[in-house]
Amino acid sequence: MVKAVKFGLRSLWRDARAGELAVLLAALIVAAGTVTAIGFLTDRINQAVQRQASEVLAADVRLRSAQPIAPKVFATADRLGLNSARILNFPSVVYFGDESVLATIQAVSDGYPLRGEVRIAPNLGQAGTKVDAIVPSGSVWFDSALLARLDAEPADVIEIGASTFTIGAILTFRPDQSPGFSGFSPTLIMNIDDVPATQLVQEGSRVQHYALIAGPQASVERFISEFSALKIEGVRLQSRGDAGNQLNNAIDRAGRFLGLASLISLLLAAVAVAMSARRYAYRRLDTAALMKTIGASQRFILTSALTQILVIGVIASVIGAALGFAAERILTTILADLLQDDLPGASFAPFVLGFGTVLILLVGFALPAILRLGHTPPARVLRKDLLPAPTSAFITYGFAVLALGGLVYWSVRDLPLLLVILGGTAITGLVLFGVGRLLVFLLSKRTGRVGVAWRYGLANIARRGTESAVQIVAFGLGLMVLLVLTIVHNDLLRGWRATLDATVSNQFIINIQPDEAKGLVELIENEGLTTPELVPLVRARMTHVDGVAVKERQYDAPRGRRLANRDANLTYGNNLPASNTIVEGDWWGTIGSEKMLASSGSTMPTAEHHVSIEVEAARSMNIELGNVLTINVAGTEISATVTSLREVRWDSFEPNFFMVFSPSALAEAPQTYITSLNVSDEQRPALRTLVRAYPGVSIIDIEAALDQVRRVIDKAVLAVQVVFLFTLLAGVVVLFAAVQSTLDERRYESALLRTFGAKRRTVFAGLATEFTMLGFASGIFAALGATIVGGLAATQLFNMPLTINPWLWVVGAFAGAVIVGVSGIIATRSAVETSPMTILR
Amino acid sequence: MTTTNPLALNAVALSKQVTSPEGTLTILDGVSFAIERGCSVAICGPSGAGKSTLLALMAGLDSATSGEIWLDGTELGGLDEDGRAALRAHRVGFVFQSFHLVPSLTALENVMLPLELDDSDNPRTRALEILDSVGLAARTSHYPHQLSGGEKQRVAIARAFAGHPTVLFADEPTGNLDTATGDTVVDLLFSLNQQQQATLVLVTHDETLAARCDRRIRLAAGKLVASD
Repeated sequence: MVKAVKFGLRSLWRDARAGELAVLLAALIVAAGTVTAIGFLTDRINQAVQRQASEVLAADVRLRSAQPIAPKVFATADRLGLNSARILNFPSVVYFGDESVLATIQAVSDGYPLRGEVRIAPNLGQAGTKVDAIVPSGSVWFDSALLARLDAEPADVIEIGASTFTIGAILTFRPDQSPGFSGFSPTLIMNIDDVPATQLVQEGSRVQHYALIAGPQASVERFISEFSALKIEGVRLQSRGDAGNQLNNAIDRAGRFLGLASLISLLLAAVAVAMSARRYAYRRLDTAALMKTIGASQRFILTSALTQILVIGVIASVIGAALGFAAERILTTILADLLQDDLPGASFAPFVLGFGTVLILLVGFALPAILRLGHTPPARVLRKDLLPAPTSAFITYGFAVLALGGLVYWSVRDLPLLLVILGGTAITGLVLFGVGRLLVFLLSKRTGRVGVAWRYGLANIARRGTESAVQIVAFGLGLMVLLVLTIVHNDLLRGWRATLDATVSNQFIINIQPDEAKGLVELIENEGLTTPELVPLVRARMTHVDGVAVKERQYDAPRGRRLANRDANLTYGNNLPASNTIVEGDWWGTIGSEKMLASSGSTMPTAEHHVSIEVEAARSMNIELGNVLTINVAGTEISATVTSLREVRWDSFEPNFFMVFSPSALAEAPQTYITSLNVSDEQRPALRTLVRAYPGVSIIDIEAALDQVRRVIDKAVLAVQVVFLFTLLAGVVVLFAAVQSTLDERRYESALLRTFGAKRRTVFAGLATEFTMLGFASGIFAALGATIVGGLAATQLFNMPLTINPWLWVVGAFAGAVIVGVSGIIATRSAVETSPMTILR
Repeated sequence: MTTTNPLALNAVALSKQVTSPEGTLTILDGVSFAIERGCSVAICGPSGAGKSTLLALMAGLDSATSGEIWLDGTELGGLDEDGRAALRAHRVGFVFQSFHLVPSLTALENVMLPLELDDSDNPRTRALEILDSVGLAARTSHYPHQLSGGEKQRVAIARAFAGHPTVLFADEPTGNLDTATGDTVVDLLFSLNQQQQATLVLVTHDETLAARCDRRIRLAAGKLVASD
């Protein structure tokens, strides 16, 4: 054992000095480096992105209660070393001269916001800047709507309850401004210390008390569990997981993009390791045979080979992890500047991931080749053509699939993504192999009337049969993942970003009275803005489902009970909103009502009206197609049959509703209208005109919220681009490894050809032909694979429409031919340049 | 196992067949012979006669389809691959046409290798001693690629004799060398063989070389056609 280890180490050192280990080592270092760097980066980006999510709450955790929040809650936070702040939120009338407006007062304590930032501007229409302290006592910060409604200016003195305040600034952004449209009203921020003097908060006042908590994740989790143990009635805890839908979607997608990119890098690294390990083992066959001949046991051969592999693994991990760490430091510096906030410190996990990855790659992709070494027939010393029996497919692929599956799961923790990518890769691999064989067959028929170099090159492909097919698979897979990334990078990202482009609605107008509707639309048109579509809004409360009172029904999730038992905003209409998709049942606009009622399949008596419910809400409330819902609208009960369930893209920034009724149900009910508009910076003065003309309507500016989502997307895009570079590097190593695997044979052949009088140029041209043709074929079929995988990813994972990009095929074939041709020539250059004597001796 | 067995090698009705797409191919067909200790034997015959296969079977590098091989009193068919390797480590030395030195080891380390595998005492001292006796004392720290063909073969001979083998197999030992170097190497081979009283089994085309051996076994188309 010790002898075998010593022998292994000694040969390793010599092999290393002779440059024998270069490719395997490079493949492993790239793998470790890539995974470490991506791991660190993903880790940091994830943390940054999560922190961004926290901004919606202005904290990591937010507690809400109608009663003052018990001091023991704050004591718990304090004990765990967490920061905390308080908010009181209540409605009150604000007086300025003769004007008065009902506004939401947000009274905040020191430290607010714990996450995100508050921006204020000196006056209307000016850009906001970040503030570091809360509003000083005696001052208030108005939002633009409130200022417009009161027709006030900064520095004016206003009255709230028993106190007077000076308008200190215009509030342009606060992180916990809900991006939804309901419940919005003009807002001001004041210092919480000023609240008692207003005498507005008394026993029985409508006040919401908030506690904001933030700090290191572990402590926050600890706080959540300790808080639950306190069992305080009437306090609702919100963590960033529950934060706004738009951000949740964006973060989810960001995570998926990063996961996809790191997954692809892993796949490439694995391919490179497998190929270079195969060559490494192959180059050791002669020594293994000799060792057996002079008396070494199989165990000796295996022990020494495993020692070598293990040492290579450790060296590669250390170098790779160090490189990855260094790369990540540099990236962080670049990114931190662009992200405009400090990236949080990376955790130690990626380091372990780097080490683990190398070991798993070695076990999964190098071990089968190494194990084969132990079976080298000793008679190989007499007959070079003797090879060890191939390792069983079960071992070879079983190890590989297990290793890859484990790694991928550890890194992305996303089963559907894993299956789509592995499935796509496996199918493409098989198709490529079949096509590779087909190409080889075709080429073997086409060697007649071409020049000698072409004939030599094409003959090489044909003669190597299976090997050529394997190379097409390898090149093709490498190219495929690069192309998939290109699609992800360009098409998918562009598609995603397009959902939030500059024309998306950034203003919501609510509280439009029916008699104001016509005039308001005209005013908007006169101001040069796009004609808005007014959506009716009806306040109502659900009372019964199939005749059973809502309060008495069973709900699987607390969310269901909450949704069912609240005053809700409903709408009605004939057209399905653009950002909605029917997933069950039919929309009333598309079929006759009789047929629809029949198709609902319910045995319950059906109502003459129809309602469509958002699918998740319906499930949480245990409502199905065919149920009859009864709602109370201003004292009148109206019943409607559930005839469809909808999926709603909440991140579309359009007015969307959990429940949409057929017009017959609600057309006569008391209602207001809402609408959304896209208003550019230059068009902003129009909003002021609008507010002054219709003081009763409220304008909600969601530009800041949109900006927040865009920032998250931009972070993700940037990270994916950086990751893309690493993946490209891994891809190039794969190509080199593939070419290297046939280098010995090529050296020998080239030496023979030159000995027989072939010019160097001819040999070169032959090699160029071979690699270019291999690359061309690989490129074409990589494009096919990328289209399939990219399409699956787009439609199944990112919920975006499938786009077929014809350039992919052109780029695939061209890039394949050039990259494989050039790297083939670079890698085999030594074969042509070495003197034939050196090789043939 | 016995060290007093008068036969170094005994082949009994040895056959080797391989299956190929064209059908079964007989490479060796019922070959029997015995080789006494300390004698030198040349195995001759034209290409494809089965010489190398016979060598592989005698050294336990491959297994026979039927028949028996007794090497220094041990029947090889009763041993597994590791058992045969252990036997070779103890009793067998090899010299090949293409030298087969481990490229990553120096001349000294190449010679030490079988000694270390066999747990010999002082492998370094013994290796230096034998390298000196083949005239390579000055080349011990050289790697194979730094040595000439003749020098490589001398390292190989030193490695083969280092462990005092009972049987030494040589496969066309002069095949890759020019005549003058070949002669030097052959002289060395025979003189060491004599010194150590090993049994020398030599596969060769070279009739002059064959003539220097005590006995000649001739093969043609897998059959033993003459033995003197």
